[in-house]
Amino acid sequence: MANQAKTELLLEITGIHKRFGGLHALNDVALSINKGEIYGLIGPNGAGKTTLFNVLTGLYQPDEGKFTFKGIDLFRQKPNVVVESGIARTFQNIRLFHNMTALENVMVGRHVRTKAGVIGAVFRNPGTKAEEAAIRARSLALLDYVGIRKHAEEHAKNLSYGDQRRLEIARALATDPQLLALDEPAAGMNGKETDDLKRLMEKIRADGVTILLIEHDVKLMMGLCDRIAVLDYGKKIAEGVPEVVKNDPRVIEAYLGATPD
Amino acid sequence: MDIFIQQLINGLVVGSIYALIALGYTMVYGILQLINFAHGEIVMMGAMITISAISVLSATGVGLPGPVLVIGGLLIAIPITMLIGFVIERVAYRPLRKAPRLAPLITAIGISIVLQQIAVLIWKNNPRSFPDLLPHDPHNFFGAVITDLQIVIVVLAILIMAGLLLMVEKTKLGRAMRAVSMNQAVAGLMGVNINYVISMTFVIGSGLGAIAGVMVGANYGLAYPTMGFMIGLKAFTAAVLGGIGNLGGAVAGGILLGIIESVGAGYLGPLTGGVLGSHYQDIFAFMVLILVLVFRPSGLLGERVAERA
Amino acid sequence: MFAINKQSKATAFIGMAIFAVVLAVLPFVMGATLGNTWIRNLDLAMLYIMLALGLNIVVGYAGLLDLGYIAFYAVGAYVYALLNSPHLAGMLAGTGFEWLLHMPLLVVLPLAALMAGIFGVLLGSPTLKLRGDYLAIVTLGFGEIVRLFMNNLDRPINITNGPQGVNLIEPVSLFGHKFSQAITVFGIEFRNVHLYYYLFLALAILIIIVSIRLQSSRIGRAWVAIREDEIAAQAMGINTRNVKLLAFAMGASFGGVSGAMFASFQGFVSPESFILMESIVVLAMVVLGGMGHIPGVILGAILLFLTPEVLRDVVNPLQDKLLGERVVNPENLRMLLFGLALIFVMLVRPEGLWPSKRRKAELHEQDEEAAAAAAAKEAAHG
Repeated sequence: MANQAKTELLLEITGIHKRFGGLHALNDVALSINKGEIYGLIGPNGAGKTTLFNVLTGLYQPDEGKFTFKGIDLFRQKPNVVVESGIARTFQNIRLFHNMTALENVMVGRHVRTKAGVIGAVFRNPGTKAEEAAIRARSLALLDYVGIRKHAEEHAKNLSYGDQRRLEIARALATDPQLLALDEPAAGMNGKETDDLKRLMEKIRADGVTILLIEHDVKLMMGLCDRIAVLDYGKKIAEGVPEVVKNDPRVIEAYLGATPD
Repeated sequence: MDIFIQQLINGLVVGSIYALIALGYTMVYGILQLINFAHGEIVMMGAMITISAISVLSATGVGLPGPVLVIGGLLIAIPITMLIGFVIERVAYRPLRKAPRLAPLITAIGISIVLQQIAVLIWKNNPRSFPDLLPHDPHNFFGAVITDLQIVIVVLAILIMAGLLLMVEKTKLGRAMRAVSMNQAVAGLMGVNINYVISMTFVIGSGLGAIAGVMVGANYGLAYPTMGFMIGLKAFTAAVLGGIGNLGGAVAGGILLGIIESVGAGYLGPLTGGVLGSHYQDIFAFMVLILVLVFRPSGLLGERVAERA
Repeated sequence: MFAINKQSKATAFIGMAIFAVVLAVLPFVMGATLGNTWIRNLDLAMLYIMLALGLNIVVGYAGLLDLGYIAFYAVGAYVYALLNSPHLAGMLAGTGFEWLLHMPLLVVLPLAALMAGIFGVLLGSPTLKLRGDYLAIVTLGFGEIVRLFMNNLDRPINITNGPQGVNLIEPVSLFGHKFSQAITVFGIEFRNVHLYYYLFLALAILIIIVSIRLQSSRIGRAWVAIREDEIAAQAMGINTRNVKLLAFAMGASFGGVSGAMFASFQGFVSPESFILMESIVVLAMVVLGGMGHIPGVILGAILLFLTPEVLRDVVNPLQDKLLGERVVNPENLRMLLFGLALIFVMLVRPEGLWPSKRRKAELHEQDEEAAAAAAAKEAAHG
């Protein structure tokens, strides 16, 4: 990072193992993400990137290891606890609530930061009404932030591909995360959309949200990330600033296969 | 001690019937990931049709011996239930193969009610006694009693199950079934006729169901149009207990459930000082089902069924 | 713009007023034209509407297929029956718990709702980890267990009176007036069927309002999110377990209210009224009408409730005339029709007769869903 003196640890995992039957999907993985950085995760297909993502967002329970976030122990915590602690995510294959409007999708994201229950819903007391109005206002603001406010009332499934990606980011941001985990957000995007996305990610980071990013677009990663970790066969084989990682022989081998002498 | 052995024998007999029915559930589940709710009704149809066929056959006055009449009735019932199974899949499940999961489940319930009510229309809503045509001479077995009929049921069930396992392992159709259950799309690309395999799965499962239905009728001495629900649910429990989708598991689960139920019901009264009597027998199956699903959803030998990413 | 808005508001108001008047005079019109049994039928239809709206929370909103729903109706019915009949009174005499008996309606009704809600949570909690079809079977099993216990809890202590059921249940008494006695207001005689009609109508309206408000709330959004994509809902920080339990509890409590009213209306309850087929009938109402859509569910409840009544009035005379004997039992025919309706609706019009827009969209994206499921499977193994 540009300013090493201000480095503050946000997320740390050590010795993470995850097995699926005979498959050792994650083998002793350790990494640490600092506050305010854009941290990249790359690796060949099947290297365990999405598995790691699922572990970090609580969808998978790791078999062994340590997982702390802001000093809070999140090892084997449920997804809702992880989100509450401040980690939000998007999915590689967009998983929006297709038949809800774009606005409703983002409003669902506010769920974890609001508290109206059945009684509030039934009696519509002033507190509940105010909370509901705040949810709506904040959600509209987030749609604006990612640039799709004009589609607020459209069903999510009718949005264009790029807008669906943006909507997923807005929905994740609605949970007020400190760490935003994006699983291949640029997949399937054209050059202009990718540029727009890059600017959006930089804006999000500038607004104080740390970003964890999986992406295949190496050029995008090199230009965007502060640090990059490389996974291969469930193991971390390299970590560091983009220039170093790019020239690491193990990384080259993982991507190109061992070259016969 | 002889009471225990007696309960064990009764459990084994009932359990091998459960196992035959459980195979029908598990075969369909293995291939379509669908609970064929109507399978219990197929079993009922098998029993009812056989009873009617026997009464027609014996009315001819030829004076056929008892076992021949039963076999004759069964030979009439099996093709009819196979046809019913075939039609159910074509009409109610095939069009919904890509629909949300709720949809085929609801049609399955619908089919189940329709079959049951058709049976009520035909046979009226009364128990029919199963004609007493099979030998049941008692034999002494370690101080307990086992009858000819019970021996026949267990041996026949074992033979049929062995035959089915052999079919799945060795024949072309069996290989195709295994392929479809592992990956439908790939099996299709490899030239397996998926629709044919699925149809055959229903047909074979229904045939097994008919035989099991006759066993139920013969064992309890009666059959009735609404019997399908309970017997189906128990067999489904057996399939889950063994690990749904797993043929060997269905057999193990069936026999185990039969024994749990029989031994449990036999000892429930004495153990609770008469507070809970054997009229709670039917609760056992539900309890086993719920406990298995909560604590070991993969069953004894099968895949996991909990909601996953 | 403003004027038009005002005008449409006025039209809506007039429409509502007319509808209210129709609802108010309906029992008298029905009584005069179709006979007294039809007022009774009207009352029972209201109970089914409440039941169907309760199941709609679970199946329609949260997408959880509950096949044991009638158990909550049973819990409500037995709570009311036991607290308002001589059966338990004998047992409680001299124990210091006599105060439990004959509580006012405004206490018994919430109590029935609460008990049913607690049962909803108890029965729901072990099932929530399960995939949809397993959930269906387990809830079915629970429904049967509840019925079996009601059938057998006549010993060692006689709580439920077993298969004979509980009788001599007292009718509702509200503001000091017992519903068994008719009252005359402005020369119009309101008999018990009329009084029950207005009570049930009020409760049904209450349940409709609660349903509508839940639907457009934070909780309602969470239910829809879970129904649409449970994994994504989890990833949004929704505690899916609690939110699903809430759906079970709310649905069950509506069933409990309906059951309590059933007990007081009939004056008699027995386990026979709570068989699996009843759960299926209520499910058919929700599915046929349109899962998740309140007007659709009400329509479904009315249609399916009326079918057997109409069949009874038509099929039997027809058989007598044409065949001279009764070959087909109308009840039999009714279930056959319900079964066919379930199949037919799912194949041809899965969104029901009167669907919500969202549900319609959802059920017509079969190919998309399959693709999404395949993609999800891939992601899980990525």
